[in-house]
Amino acid sequence: MATGELNPNHYPAQRAAKVVQHYLTTRYGSPYRLFGVQKVHSGNAEDVADTGRKYQLEISVHEIISNVTQTCSAEVFFPRGETQSSPHVQASCEELLKTDTKAQEEALYQQYKTNQGLLSSQRLPDSYGHIEPDMKPFWHLGILASSFIMLNESTENTLYNMAQVANITQLATENEQLKFDCHTLLHDMVSQEIIHWKMLFTWSPGEGVKVLQKEQLPHCHHCEKPPNTN
Amino acid sequence: MEKIVKLWVFGLFLLIICGLETSRGHGLVEGLESMRNYDYTKYHPMDEIYEWMKDVERGNPELVSSAVYGRTYEGRNITLLKLGLKNMEAREKKVIWMDCGIHAREWIAPAFCQWFVKEIVNSYKTNKKLERMLQNLDIYVTPVINVDGYIFTWVNDTTRLWRKSRSPPPASGSCYGVDLNRNFNANWGTVGVSFDSCSNTYCGTSAGSEPEAKAVMAFVGKMVNQTLCFLTIHSAGQLILLPYGHPQISAPNYDELISVGEAAAGEMKKVHGMNYTVGTSPQILYANSGSSRDWARLLGIPFSYTFELRDKGEFSHLLPEDQIQPACEEAYVGALSIITYVHDKTFNNSTLPNRGFSLVSKKAVWSTVMAVFLTGVLV
Repeated sequence: MATGELNPNHYPAQRAAKVVQHYLTTRYGSPYRLFGVQKVHSGNAEDVADTGRKYQLEISVHEIISNVTQTCSAEVFFPRGETQSSPHVQASCEELLKTDTKAQEEALYQQYKTNQGLLSSQRLPDSYGHIEPDMKPFWHLGILASSFIMLNESTENTLYNMAQVANITQLATENEQLKFDCHTLLHDMVSQEIIHWKMLFTWSPGEGVKVLQKEQLPHCHHCEKPPNTN
Repeated sequence: MEKIVKLWVFGLFLLIICGLETSRGHGLVEGLESMRNYDYTKYHPMDEIYEWMKDVERGNPELVSSAVYGRTYEGRNITLLKLGLKNMEAREKKVIWMDCGIHAREWIAPAFCQWFVKEIVNSYKTNKKLERMLQNLDIYVTPVINVDGYIFTWVNDTTRLWRKSRSPPPASGSCYGVDLNRNFNANWGTVGVSFDSCSNTYCGTSAGSEPEAKAVMAFVGKMVNQTLCFLTIHSAGQLILLPYGHPQISAPNYDELISVGEAAAGEMKKVHGMNYTVGTSPQILYANSGSSRDWARLLGIPFSYTFELRDKGEFSHLLPEDQIQPACEEAYVGALSIITYVHDKTFNNSTLPNRGFSLVSKKAVWSTVMAVFLTGVLV
């Protein structure tokens, strides 16, 4: 494993930077604030005794919706141990969080809270990469919830992106939170696998996303037989 | 009496010529029309791509020919278009290879191969440099190698993200398909692969076990001495990968591969500002073996690259159709940058442009012949 100064274009720094992206999304993301890694400027890695590996990165983070980019410092620690453990991330990216999304979030919240039926959508984006404008917030909510999973599941040997929201359904709630049931497809670039996750999560402008339940779905091999076989 | 016979013969001759011109003319006109009406900014199912290839060939007979060089597992044709102009000095032509769609879900790749052909067809008559290159080079373009896989991704919503071929499970396994880009005869089965048939990087039962990989190796293998450049188009990630996928092997011309790759990435960035990272797979992505790019380099083809097109994870393989044009525009510039480099390196700009056939159309030739004949008959 590369130690010391890292080539910012090589995969160790790139994979660690992606973890920072997932962290920022879980911590500061909203249906109107989503992050991507624009560029890794520099990186450093070192082993921490027997406990794991620490990366220090200077990256440019891009807020996709307002199209603002900011340089951030971040630290990612990948624990090493008997059981799979999530990475720990620290990042300072204050400028990006100054975009004011309160009004839009309130409007969305009110829209979903007061609509007659419970909303639901499938295949975001569809096979052609298309998302109906009305459905974009659902796609964003799917990305937010998936980021918790992607952050949790990340290691030095993964590179996660959300490939698609297969299904997202609004559920009835007794409290102020909006509640959703969702099935998303995550793509891990390193293994090239598509991993299915089901989640139950809540969202409100004040509380952000909270994942109540999550479950990895098994790979359906018989689903992959030719269409005409039984 | 003699004059009447001569007139009849002449009349018959004219009829035959007109007949030939008409049938060839209609195919040509229809082909060109279809090409003009084809929407290159939409994703097309395989039957439309097969039809399009026929139209391109019919509409541009002096530039385009096609060849079927193999069959997929499910028995479908693996077809390429060969783009090239006649070389007037009767010199041996060199070869550029481009393939798209080894991985079924990477729809932007076949879209790019079609775009590439369209650009060449639409610009060679007015671009002297391109015309000269096409006189020295034959560019072989396979729009879809993994036809079975590509068709499977169109079956329904749940099959869209299929990656592999559609061969049946091996004796030792239970799942369909082989990762064709792990099946080539290049350090096969050593790194970055799985021997589990259910894995998306399953490398098959042996090197070249898959008909699609075997077809490429057989066809390109026959022309290896003339082949200057091997480009294999994928998505996503915005990368230009050079050989080798094995972390401990380096190509002898590594420095040149990097500089040519960087030049291509530089040109690509000028188009829409997108960054493409250049390096070997173990450096910038992951180690792997059995890739077509590695096979080509090991065989001796000096320039071999994998292009990973847009994007960097926002949509990944589900790239929206409104990005087809910008993605293809930047990829075209990148591919052409490499093709131009290898052409100029080989031909040293010593080739004079051939003015002969391109200026004088075949119709003009026939008219002249008929005029001379007519003059001869009536005199």
